[in-house]
This record gives sequence, structure tokens and C-alpha cells, in this order.
Amino acid sequence: MNLDFSDDQKFLQSEAKKFLEKEESVKRSRGVLEGSKSFDNDLWQKIIELGWTGIRIPEEYDGLGLGHLELCVIAEELGRHLAPVPFSSSVYLFTEAIIKYGSEELKKEILPKLVTGEVVGTIAVTEDFLAPTYNNIKTEVSNELISGTKIAVPDCEAATHSIIVCKSSKGIDLRLVDLSCKEVSINQVENIDGSRGHYSIQMKQTPSSLIGDEGNGWILYESIINQAAVLFSFEQIGGSQAALDMAVNYANERYAFGKPIGSYQGIKHKLADMYVALTLAKSNSYYAAWALSSESSDLPVAAATARVSATKAYELCSKENIQTHGGNGFTWEYDCHLFYKRSKLLSLNIGSLANWKEKLVSNLEQSNIN
Amino acid sequence: MDFKDTPEQAKFRKTCREWLEKNAKLKTGVEKNEFANIDFLQVAKDWQKKKYDAGWAMLHWPKEFGGIGASAIERIIWAEEESKFNVPKGIFEIGLGMAGPVMMEYATDEQKARYLPAMAEGKEIWCQLFSEPSAGSDVAGLRSKAVKDGDNWIINGQKVWTSGAHFSDYGILVVRHDPNLEKHKGMTFFFLDMKSPGIEVKPIKQITGGSSFNEVYFTDVVIPDSQRLGDVGDGWKVAITTLMNERLAVGDANGADVDDAFRWAKKQDDSGEPLINNKSVRSSIADWYCEANGLKNTKLRTMSALSRGETPGPEASITKIVSANKLQNIGAFGMDSLDMAGMLKTDDPEIQSFQNAWLGAPGLRIAGGTDEILKNIIAERVLGLPQDARADKGMPYKDIPSGNS
Repeated sequence: MNLDFSDDQKFLQSEAKKFLEKEESVKRSRGVLEGSKSFDNDLWQKIIELGWTGIRIPEEYDGLGLGHLELCVIAEELGRHLAPVPFSSSVYLFTEAIIKYGSEELKKEILPKLVTGEVVGTIAVTEDFLAPTYNNIKTEVSNELISGTKIAVPDCEAATHSIIVCKSSKGIDLRLVDLSCKEVSINQVENIDGSRGHYSIQMKQTPSSLIGDEGNGWILYESIINQAAVLFSFEQIGGSQAALDMAVNYANERYAFGKPIGSYQGIKHKLADMYVALTLAKSNSYYAAWALSSESSDLPVAAATARVSATKAYELCSKENIQTHGGNGFTWEYDCHLFYKRSKLLSLNIGSLANWKEKLVSNLEQSNIN
Repeated sequence: MDFKDTPEQAKFRKTCREWLEKNAKLKTGVEKNEFANIDFLQVAKDWQKKKYDAGWAMLHWPKEFGGIGASAIERIIWAEEESKFNVPKGIFEIGLGMAGPVMMEYATDEQKARYLPAMAEGKEIWCQLFSEPSAGSDVAGLRSKAVKDGDNWIINGQKVWTSGAHFSDYGILVVRHDPNLEKHKGMTFFFLDMKSPGIEVKPIKQITGGSSFNEVYFTDVVIPDSQRLGDVGDGWKVAITTLMNERLAVGDANGADVDDAFRWAKKQDDSGEPLINNKSVRSSIADWYCEANGLKNTKLRTMSALSRGETPGPEASITKIVSANKLQNIGAFGMDSLDMAGMLKTDDPEIQSFQNAWLGAPGLRIAGGTDEILKNIIAERVLGLPQDARADKGMPYKDIPSGNS
């Protein structure tokens, strides 16, 4: 029985933590928020140098050839430190999709470049102000050429490539597009969390290449986000822990009526509730990490369970961290809002809480356990 | 990460399993209460005796007291396997879980030899006499008196919420020996014969209609000084040992859980459609599934630490808060799903399980530390926040305001 990370994985995590602390990742996140860029390129380059973009890429394609568990511990630290880099888009979604569904030729071409950072990827699914469902995909491909508009695509400033979820004559396809080609126009869209960028991608007769089987793209997309949900959960529990720690520190230091506010049950019980939510989320994420790394058939249920718990935990911890800080928590100057905004970005990025609850229950219905 | 037993653990699990298969029946899912209308106490004692003879009753205890010296992880493996079988529960937990460890730590060798095996065997049942009418969450506010009289102590006062006092043979007791000292310093701890003259046990009728708690009145009850556990004035220190054990013992709430709610939602009709098609029901099922599995996986993390011989983190401290509230919500869901008929008593075991959950859960949210006390404990001991302000700090017990009771 061992539902825990190995000593090597824990060491990797503590090294990642030290690195992100030394690099003042949270401060850099504020820098991005207040600057004109939508990510911190200097930090991103250092992350590439550390090899994190190639953690899961097999050694034959120049990666580190490690497993999902190593990626989970890195994700937790990126979340804790609000790293303003396109890691989730490029690594959890794009790279994982190529590893899983890319042709041998594509893997040879693109995986080594993902390791070096020459290629950075994202995935574009949403159109209009509608939840991304099978029926809401209108962007179309015909003769390998894509036309349509995607909105709310994360991290396009850094990205060189995007997987486009689009409609074909056979159903839904996943197709790879080079974002530098002239038939693509990219525009930054203002968003709520200015420490990570969102973009629209307009495509007109844009050349593309198929990933996976034609018409089968929606199933592949679901499988990619089931995997990514586990990694997002780790980023979310990292963020939840940071928000809880911030609230605990403040509750210890801030005095009201002659005592630290943390000695009042109104605050104490709030922080205990945050700890409870975080502990449930963490334990469910550990189980999902096991399901992901062992390719268990339980992954869809385990991933949705982790995702729902982690989304709830981060939303609770980040909003109650503001509440614990009182008026200070509502100021631009304090960091509370950075976590609040990031929690929403992460919770919407691969589908909302309601969406994942529905996935969880429909997977339970299918799993015949009951 | 993996969920495999080590070869030794697998072997141990097999031994547990084989013995259980020979001696008990596997659970089937929805259990009819087959222990109803029989002498439950006798059935429970018989099962305990059977376990004791085979070494399973208190398997982590040393051989001389009837155990087999099992490790923490082996104890969990046994509990996991036993929980898959339909066996009588609820009689021995307090004695074995709370009185046992205290006797083990503070009793003389002679007393241990006399009382521990009989306790493990189920021949003698123990209860815990701590709470009082004016000392609940603030249990150190208790006022029952002990006055020294030669080699004896004379006890007067009242205890309350004493589970199983009506069928117990012995009890552990904390009382105030000196009201002039600060409240935590003026207490002393004893064990006593529940058949002693001057003890009166009155059952308390609960909101479920049943009575598992009692009031216990003491009028000039004599306890020999040799039955004192710990030094005079160490009562709080000794009591804390058992309260810590209580928090481990009162953990996961038994009763209707997400699987039951899910099964019910699939078959129950909701205006011509199965209830599971209702969006708000689906959302609740998802929440309960996350809570139930969050607890299960938290337990697995605790076991992982024990399995490596390490001390587990504080994560298990969330168990009772989460499970008792979940039980209450699932009970309410089952009753609500029946509309007005949800209020009616019935023989249907599924409906009964929802009604029992709803009626029983308020007690679980209070017993062994209220939700609020447990949140204080998480905040203070896990998160490191300051203690609550205490108006009685440093005051002699006799000067502490206590309302008009």
C-alpha cells in the first residue's frame, strides 16, 4: 500500500519549489499582470533549461522520459507559485496529445522541439460565448483547410502551434496548425486573470494536419482532458495550499480587539473548512495520479473526482483568503487577488465545475459499479 | 504509487480473510437488520469471545493480554476485512478503544493482568464517564467531586452521555478533587466497578427514540485509591490520552452513503423519469462521491505512512466532520425524494437507512467532539492558529462563572 510519491519524486518537488521561490515566481506573475506581455519569457526559458517541458517526452525524442507522477509534483509547485508560463497549455495538453495520438513522423519532428522550447503548443476548442460541446463546434475543415474562429485560447503569445478541435465531414477532428502561417490571425483578448493571456484565433483556409483518426476527435479530446484534469488538479491544490498558508499567516499576525484574528472562531472555522476541502482534494488527486500513471480504467472517474474536488478547494481557499484579509484582501497591492483570479482561470480552462460534475456522474453511470 | 500489499501484508490479509469466512457472513449490500429482536448484547459478546480465542479481539495488544502483537498496518488490514462481514458492532468500541489504552498506560501490572484480558474477551464491558450536564465541549469544566477518605475516595456528582453505562461492568472516570486549583489542575482519574453502591444509571431517550446514552448519578460512591490512574491532579493529562483515542475511534460515520444514494436515484421515479436524471441530484451525487472518496483516499494516505513505519500526517482529522455531515445530507436526500411519504415509517430497509441516517447524524456531529470543537482542533493543532480566548484562564475552578446551572 503506497498512495504517496516516492522519495525521488518528493526530492524533485522540493527542488522545483526552491527554484520557483528563488525566481520569485509570484512576483513575476504580478509583473505579467501589470506589464504588456502575457507570460514571463525569462522564467519560461529557465524552466525549459531545467528540462521540465520534456519530463514526459521519451528519451528517444530527447526528453527526460519520466512519468506522469513527476509531472504531477511539478504541476503542484507551478500552482503554488502562480507561475506565469504557458506550461499547462503546452505540456499537459499539447505535448500529451502528441505523445498519445501523434504519428511517428510528427513525434520525430515536434517532440524534440517541445523539449528545447522551439515549439510551444496550445489547444483551441471554445467558440463564441458557449461551453465547448460536440455540437457547439462550428469551425470546419475541408481538404485539410480550416476556417472559423476560436476564442479564449490560452497562451497564444508563446505558442507556435495549436491543436484545433474542428468539424469535418466525418465528425470532429483534431488538427495541428502552425500559428505562424499567414492564414492565421491571432488577437489578444482582455481577460480576468491578466497574469496569463487569452487569445482569439481566426482561420481562413488555414493549412492543417490531422492528429489521430478522422472523425474521432471528440473522443480523443475527452481523453486528453481527462489526463490533463489530473495535472490541473495538482496545480489547483498547489494554489489552494498557498492561499491557505497566506490566510493562516495573516490570521496569526493581524490583531483586532486586542488579539490575533486567528484566535476568533469565525476565522478559525473558516480556515479549518479550507483545510478540509484541500485535504479531500489532495487525497483525490493522489488517487487520480495513480490512475493516470498506471493507465487504470478508473481514470475517467478518478480524474473527474480529483478535478471537482480541486476546483472546489481552490475556489474556497482563494475567496476565503481574501475574506480573511479584510479590506486589504480587496486591494491590488496584496497578492490575494492573484490566487483568486488564477483559481478561476484554472477552473474554467478545461471545463467548468458543473461540466466536470456531470462527467463524473455519467462516468459512474457507465462504470457499472453500481 | 501502488495499492498492493507487501508479501507479508498479503499473507496476513489472507489469514484474516480465511478466519472471517469460516466464522462470519459476508455483507450483501443492503443489510436487513438481522440482529433485531434478539439479545444483541449476547450476540456481540459471543462474537467478541470468538475473536478473542483466535487472537483477533485486540490483535495489537501483547500476547499476555490476549493479542498477537500486530502492527498498526496489520490492525488496519484486519479492520478492513472485518468490515466486509456482517458482524455485531457498537458494544465494545468505547471500552477497548478508550479505557483499554488508558489502563495499558497507567494501571499496575497486576491490574492489567486482571482487567485487560477480560475486557478484550468481552466478558467485562467498560464505559467512559467524562461529560457532565455543565461540561460538554468544555469537558475540563466538570464538577463531580472526589474527596479523600483514608485509603478511599468518596465520589459525588453526575455524569451524562455515558454510552453503554446500563450494561457496563467497569468505567473510567475523571472527577474534581480540588476546586481551589485551576480547572485543568484540580482533576484526578480513576477506574471503578459500575456495580458499586451509590451508582444510579438512567437511560436518556434520544431523538431517534432509542437509548444508547445514560445519565449516571454518584452518591457517596467509594473508590479505593489503588484504582487511581495517574497522580492526584493528573486527571486532565490522563483524560487527554483517551480523548485522542476517541477521535480515532469515532471516525467514519456508518450508514447510508453515496453508493446507496446513487442506487436509489437510479430506481426512484421523479415525475416519470428516474431521479438520477435530475440535475440537482446529479450535482449532489458528485459532491458526495468526492467526499466519500476523499475520505477513502485520505485513509489510504494514512495507511501508506503506517505501512512504511512512519507517523501519519494530520489529514485524518477531517474524517468525522466530513462523514457525519455527508450522512445527514444523504439521509435528507433519500427522505426528500419520497416527498410527503418520506415521513412515514416503513419496513423497506433502503428507506429506513435514509431515515436512520437523517435521525442519527445530528448525534454523530456532536459525539466525540462537536464539528465546532473539531474545527478548533484543526485550526490550532494542524494550522497553528492561537488558542481561543479563555475567560477562565488562571482562575481557581470555584470562581469560574457557570451560568445558573
